[in-house]
Amino acid sequence: MGNVLTIILQRLALGFLTLLVVSVVIFVAVNLLPGDFAQSILGQGATPESVAAIRRDLGLDQPMVTRYFSWLGGALQGDFGSSFAQASFANFTGSDSGAGSVAQQIAPRFANTMFLAAVSAAIAVPFALVLGVLAALYRNSVFDRATNIFTLSSISSPEFFLAYVLILFLAVLNPILPSVSNIFADMAFSDRLEKTLLPALTLTLVVTAHMMRMTRAAIINLLSSPYIEMARLKGMSPLRVIVRHALPNALAPIINVVAINLAYLITGVVVVEVVFVYPGIGQLFVDSVKFRDIPVVQACCLIFAAAYILLNLTADIMSILSNPRLRHPK
Amino acid sequence: MNGISRRGLLKTGVAAGVLGLSGMPLRAQSRGGKFTAGIGGANTSDSWDGRTHSDLFMIAAALGGVYDALTEVAADGSLQGELATSWEASPDAKVWTFNLRQGVTFHNGKAFGADDVIESLQMHVAEGSKSAAQPLVAAITEMRKITDHQVQFTLEAGNADFPYLLSDYHLLMYPAGQIEESIAKGIGTGLYEVVAFDPGVRFVGRRVADHYKGDSAGFFDEVELIAINDNTARMNALLTGQIDAVNRIDFRLEPLLRANPNVSIQEVTGNQHYTFPMLTQSAPFNDVNVRRALKYGVDRQEMVDKILLGHGKVGNDSPIGPANQYYHAEMEQLAYDPDRAKFHLKQAGLDSLNIDLSASNAAFEGAVDAAQLYQSSAAPAGININVIQEPADGYWSNVWLVKPFSASYWSGRSTEDWMFSSAYEAGVPWNDSQWDNARFQELLYSARAELDSDKRREQYYEMQQILRDDGGVVIPMFANFVQAISNRVVTPDVVGNTAQMDNNRMLERWSLA
Repeated sequence: MGNVLTIILQRLALGFLTLLVVSVVIFVAVNLLPGDFAQSILGQGATPESVAAIRRDLGLDQPMVTRYFSWLGGALQGDFGSSFAQASFANFTGSDSGAGSVAQQIAPRFANTMFLAAVSAAIAVPFALVLGVLAALYRNSVFDRATNIFTLSSISSPEFFLAYVLILFLAVLNPILPSVSNIFADMAFSDRLEKTLLPALTLTLVVTAHMMRMTRAAIINLLSSPYIEMARLKGMSPLRVIVRHALPNALAPIINVVAINLAYLITGVVVVEVVFVYPGIGQLFVDSVKFRDIPVVQACCLIFAAAYILLNLTADIMSILSNPRLRHPK
Repeated sequence: MNGISRRGLLKTGVAAGVLGLSGMPLRAQSRGGKFTAGIGGANTSDSWDGRTHSDLFMIAAALGGVYDALTEVAADGSLQGELATSWEASPDAKVWTFNLRQGVTFHNGKAFGADDVIESLQMHVAEGSKSAAQPLVAAITEMRKITDHQVQFTLEAGNADFPYLLSDYHLLMYPAGQIEESIAKGIGTGLYEVVAFDPGVRFVGRRVADHYKGDSAGFFDEVELIAINDNTARMNALLTGQIDAVNRIDFRLEPLLRANPNVSIQEVTGNQHYTFPMLTQSAPFNDVNVRRALKYGVDRQEMVDKILLGHGKVGNDSPIGPANQYYHAEMEQLAYDPDRAKFHLKQAGLDSLNIDLSASNAAFEGAVDAAQLYQSSAAPAGININVIQEPADGYWSNVWLVKPFSASYWSGRSTEDWMFSSAYEAGVPWNDSQWDNARFQELLYSARAELDSDKRREQYYEMQQILRDDGGVVIPMFANFVQAISNRVVTPDVVGNTAQMDNNRMLERWSLA
């Protein structure tokens, strides 16, 4: 098992480097956008004096390199700084209550996004795997084709379109579910779940096709192997052949695809959150980009990047663990 | 306001306190229930600091719910007392004495008095306060506490509209000595106390049991504002019955809403207007004939029909609208007349004119389309407008006030002087046409200190004509406020038209059926 541990450490180190690169890219990109925080927040009321005053207060008048390294210095010590928006208001009141720290602002939003991702994953992953196995079992049948057409058309449609179709059928024509997911902290779990269901179903439609088709392909790929032939000759039922014999060997590619889609559930939710007014990290991210609130944008991007890196790492490790040949290398 | 003239009330607002209390209910409104509104115009940077308020979500929550100002503009446009009960001016309108309401407490139990007024207004003039209301209070040279419930303001120069200015949504009353805490938690004297507030997400308020407004306002037991910035999501939430009211209806969706029997549309014409300012200090716009040519070269009705889809009225290059008291409705309307435009161009010694028009939808929804309509309507007059589509980001810093001819908008002001001194007085920072007209300037100062309503009307009418004939801002259209409510909600017969959602006060004035 020492081998796996080395891989984890190596990958974590590489992941850290990736995060560093991401932070540079984001920082430069946000700075390349026209306008800065002071101009965006003041809007039509921007006078040269007030723009200069806000820039001075927030240190935006420093050169870019200085600002990046002072941010990096803080971030390495776990301090992601203060949101410009909130910090600017602390200046208005003449004191910093600490309420503007990026961590404090992101934490509840991140928890909401994770909740949505968890609900979506709990629906989407079993749904996709079962569909995939069934499609492999009844391959080239009407069921297989129907499933393919359904999942492929849902992945090919833009997310907002899927969201509106679901709203039309499940909220407007048949008022079963609410169209606005205004969840908040001290809400009962059942209410929260009910309000989260429509965005979760939308995301399910988006991610199912990929996982389902990979499951189907991986299993079908194995069905021509001699050991499957052997299992069939023993007289096993087709379902048992697939679930007991084919599936365990098809796990590695499936896990990889599942991991990528889980990461998407965390990072790809911006549009869905806006359509359903879900107070997650995606909405915060959009707001922050709009206002050029660099500390918040950076933190959001790092969370997104970290989600990808960690989930991919998990996928690799899981595929090693699911493959005896990799688990016990000679 | 039967029998009481607005200015009479203004000069000595003795009856105002009574009015504020009785509220003149137009229809029996009953207490109770929970009201939920979906509001576009919320941000994660929102806070209870009135100095930063700029969009409906915080204005409706703060001025319309949790906090109060000294005065209040009623739905019919008249001024009434809120935390002030009456006020009196010296004959030159320079010294104003306000009597404050007695027995008012903040949500934390602190009694309201003169110190709170002085400290709250000082927030806006303090060095580096960045308050958007600074120009309003900058003219106050002295604030003096006479008794615990009487304050005297001395102004730099006479201003008959001073009590009006104090109704501004930035000028909220905070508890003295506890302003920081009040801003952090939302502690005011308003009808609703804060139960939950999540910036850019939602606000929940509970009716204060024993409030000085009694049964005349604040009919809901509980109110909730949900931040829904996406147009379609806001409409969906109303159509599915999750919320009772929405602001800012997308004009294209309006027929769909009208078709729904559970929803009714409210449409009011106020002072919100869309403009094309030109910098009049530089060529070619320094020539009044060029400006006139441009005024006749725009098809205003076409813009109302195509940009506002009929939800508005044509403008006459004056920013004073139907929600203003001295709106000059009979002033002859500028018409689309390419020949006349050509004539004025000739007068300027030109056969044709080539200009750039910078526009972005940051200025107003449809600004780029409007600029293109302008381009095609001006072409027959020999005016070649080159439309430059500018990025929305940084538009107000990089284009507006910078480019010679651009698109802009104004939400309008409830008094003439306020509007003029924001954008047309020579030398003020937001004078987006850099316009300087001696006669206009002279009238501005004399009308400001004039307490006689008839003389004032005359002066304001002349000023509107000067703007129409000489001004550097083309104002092709006034845009209506279009909002919708569900049938659960009862609104008074007259709904305010100086701002969205009953002058931002839906939480106070509306009730459930």
